[in-house]
Amino acid sequence: MQAGFFIDRPTSPARPAAKAVTIIILLLVYSGLCWLAFSHSLKNWEQVWGYRVTFLNGWAATIGISAAALLLSTAIGALTALARRSAFLPLRYTAAAYVETVRGLPLLVLVLFGFYGIANAVGWNDRVSVGIVILSLFSGAYIAEIIRAGIESVGRSQWDSARAIGLTPVQTYRFVIFPQVLRQILPPVAGQFSSLIKDSSLLYIIGIPELTFAANQINSATYSTFESFVPLGICYLVLTLPVSLWTKYLESKVRYET
Amino acid sequence: MKILLRGLTKRFGLQTVLDAVNFEAEFAHTLALIGPSGGGKSTLLRLLAGLDAPDSGEILVNGEPLPQDEERLRIHRSHTGIVFQAYNLFPHLSALGNVMLPLTEVHGIDTATARDRAMDVLKRFHLAEHAAKQPAQLSGGQRQRVAIARALAVDPAFLLLDEPTSALDPEMTAEVLDVIVELRESGKPIILVTHEMGFARRSADRVAFIADGGVLECAAAGEFFENPRQPAVKQFLERILKY
Repeated sequence: MQAGFFIDRPTSPARPAAKAVTIIILLLVYSGLCWLAFSHSLKNWEQVWGYRVTFLNGWAATIGISAAALLLSTAIGALTALARRSAFLPLRYTAAAYVETVRGLPLLVLVLFGFYGIANAVGWNDRVSVGIVILSLFSGAYIAEIIRAGIESVGRSQWDSARAIGLTPVQTYRFVIFPQVLRQILPPVAGQFSSLIKDSSLLYIIGIPELTFAANQINSATYSTFESFVPLGICYLVLTLPVSLWTKYLESKVRYET
Repeated sequence: MKILLRGLTKRFGLQTVLDAVNFEAEFAHTLALIGPSGGGKSTLLRLLAGLDAPDSGEILVNGEPLPQDEERLRIHRSHTGIVFQAYNLFPHLSALGNVMLPLTEVHGIDTATARDRAMDVLKRFHLAEHAAKQPAQLSGGQRQRVAIARALAVDPAFLLLDEPTSALDPEMTAEVLDVIVELRESGKPIILVTHEMGFARRSADRVAFIADGGVLECAAAGEFFENPRQPAVKQFLERILKY
């Protein structure tokens, strides 16, 4: 059998032994290269260690903010998706305008304008709650689109069947559409959660003491850039990699069932 | 059963699918609607089912006009057994769950009674062993039989079947047609859109030929196939019975 450089079928049929050997060799090579390049700048650990409580507090804040924003943005996303399917046009267009505006703006712009513009104007000064709301409004627009796509992925025949047996519109959503939508959207929503964790780092700009803010602070105090930012990256990966693996698992499950 | 169409018109955009149809048919068990694709058979069935509303005209079923408002149409649908060509079942529910859903949620029957009734109907169609399976685990023929069981479990006034075997291979088609024959013997009136001419001829009481937005001919099954009067019908039958 002649093997080419590129895979010519949908999945790669690599042998487990080849996979394991490749991964181990790559790990050794890349960590060796990193060590050679950066070891001389990774020696100020004692000083940074002194700030571990600041760092862990920041990490806890990132997790808390992300979790709160996930709940709030799911609620916002679900309501917006329903509003976009409303027969009442003003509601439908308001929801569409919200989604398109938010998706068209960078998060950093929303954070700056939301905090220094809107929140300051109405005298709302609690940075953390403003940050959670801005992040939720941002992520909610994306979740609304995920849910809308999920609802639209349910075939016309399902709506017909639901109407044919005499379900009311509310019952149709509850018993037929939502259970199928939920299965469809779990993987992309899990992916959105991963984005949310990463996006929460932008809140450092308005002075919320989350993980990035803490790392930045430690860097300023100790002049130890690598010792501050390498743990920062690892802490984000510790949060996002499991979510990403979980997303892949959910995706494979959805594919299997349909 | 008796249906009467008066000036029935249905348009989709610029296309007039049913054009001021006047038609009356009375039959004991089964009325088969046949004709070329796009001729308006399925549209007529959807109007009879109350899934769509006509642009003008009216439908009388056993002398009762079909309601105009959505809420009363919904009640009409809940007392009508409707089976489509494919994808009738809800993929997230088991066969039993599919049959039970209209019983519990639309007809307000308690769960235990609904389960008993659903199991009875599934048993009747030899589906008891498949009750716990999801639609994806069933064959096409089994799925259509579950769909018919679901339609029948609510004790509908009559059944509307829209090309129930078109998506099936010959063996599964036979399996579903057997069920329809059994239904006919149980006395539930059936209106059926079909391309199975042999089946229409043997099992239908009356056959209506629908083409170009109207009913061209309607006769007793034997007469319809032996001796079609309209040239268009004759031509259609000659063409499809050629092979």
